[in-house]
Amino acid sequence: MLKDITLGQYFPGNSVIHRLDPRTKLVMLVVYIVALFLASGPASYGLMLAFLLTCIGVSGVPGKAFLRGMKPLVFILIFTGILNLFFTQGETVLVSFWIITITLEGVVRSVYMMARILMLIAGTFLLTYTTSPIALTDGLESLLNPLKKIKVPVHELAMMMCIALRFIPTLIEETDKIMSAQKARGADFETGKLMDRVRALVPILVPLFISAFRRADELATAMECRCYHGGDGRTKMKLLRYKRRDFCAYGIGILLLLAVILLTRFGL
Amino acid sequence: MDIAIKVDHLAYTYPGVDDTPGVRVFEDLSLTVDEGSFVAILGGNGCGKSTLAKHFNSILLPCGGKVHVFGMDTMDEEKLLTIRKTTGMVFQNPDNQIVANVVEEDVAFGPENLGISSAEIRRRVDLALKQVGMYEYREHAPHLLSGGQKQRIAIAGIIAMQPRCIVLDEPTAMLDPRGRREVMETIERLNQEKGITVILITHHMDEAAKAQRVIVLNKGSIAADGTPREVFSQVELLHSIGLAAPETVELCWKLNQLGADLPLDRLSPEECAQTLFEHWKV
Repeated sequence: MLKDITLGQYFPGNSVIHRLDPRTKLVMLVVYIVALFLASGPASYGLMLAFLLTCIGVSGVPGKAFLRGMKPLVFILIFTGILNLFFTQGETVLVSFWIITITLEGVVRSVYMMARILMLIAGTFLLTYTTSPIALTDGLESLLNPLKKIKVPVHELAMMMCIALRFIPTLIEETDKIMSAQKARGADFETGKLMDRVRALVPILVPLFISAFRRADELATAMECRCYHGGDGRTKMKLLRYKRRDFCAYGIGILLLLAVILLTRFGL
Repeated sequence: MDIAIKVDHLAYTYPGVDDTPGVRVFEDLSLTVDEGSFVAILGGNGCGKSTLAKHFNSILLPCGGKVHVFGMDTMDEEKLLTIRKTTGMVFQNPDNQIVANVVEEDVAFGPENLGISSAEIRRRVDLALKQVGMYEYREHAPHLLSGGQKQRIAIAGIIAMQPRCIVLDEPTAMLDPRGRREVMETIERLNQEKGITVILITHHMDEAAKAQRVIVLNKGSIAADGTPREVFSQVELLHSIGLAAPETVELCWKLNQLGADLPLDRLSPEECAQTLFEHWKV
């Protein structure tokens, strides 16, 4: 049951999007999100959607993966939709009974909001689907590097993220093992009231935490043995280098942003 | 021949928590390991094997006495990185010593810490992976590999730092027979071809038998020290501290108890069979 966690799932590939520098992809995601929030009319939304679909198409990541990732978010999506539908004030009333009034503006707004959330999530997924976690961490570290000047522990944060990503599968495997062990001794995780089920998780969490601390201790020793002494004087095997395609991507990003700003200016 | 590791009257006590007294492991332990040799350290649980190993690269510091690694005092903080670079260490659980989620990134971790140029790191990583026979797995995720493969990745991560000595703390304890064989072959090859000093801590007698020298620890002091043949023929001594000799020696010893008169230094099954054959032919 724990196997289908899609956190940071990476689809290896060799498309242009895969080969882009992780820094470019991170900055582009920010640009994309800003543009998405600026968009206000059918033309600007249409442009954003076209951009998103082109990127997904080029990346070669199966569309199903995106749909699967959206599943847990259906509730939030519907909630946002309904909220906007009922609480938007407008002039053209479509339906009105008791205290509920649905206006044309409300319908339009809720459609836009849902589209915005969907495209936002799809964009983020595209980043994690096409960038390996380690490249992502490297990119993040490199982008945040200027913050070192104001004493933000950038290297330490990146290292923590890298180790966390490394240990997610290990800890999931361990949780499965502990669950099997507890089941073998008669533990019941599937039936009973919600409180009973929560209580049944305690015998899993306790050994899991103890083992995680033990692992952390051993890992720290092993890292010390391999001369780890923080980020000072550390070099990298794979250096991040901007290539021509990265500059092209930045160009496209600026054009997209300008186009959206222009379109919204004219109310489209 | 140079001395790789020199332990001089080592004393060590694990500090106690709050009011409980500490646990004394060593009172007065001395030993030297020659460069290029393959030494196995044997002993029952809690005899101080791992504690001793941790003194070889400044993870633990002596409470009394000195430990020198290639002439460097492990107490010397300025030499800390050089000591750890010279004496690499591999632990029991491969899962808990792999840092990155791509094989080659993990092997690069050590050299990256040493501040070596990217091109040189790349070269060393490729070389190290080839030496342990894991080059074709360089882009895999470590958690999908077998135990023996993971342990070989951990060894590659150490040899990428180009150490002169490798200390392995029960590297095969969590592996299946096939994984054990892979790891042992790698260790022997590194010792013979690269001349790297190997200190292998183990409780598998057949692994210790492959070493040039065996040291048996008991309650923080040396109970026996010599070539595998010399050490393993002292069957009674091994039994008295809760260890067993290799199966071939055990067999000869039991036959001797029944009145036979067999030598106790036959370590391989072939030698043992030959001896038994000749004994009864006469």
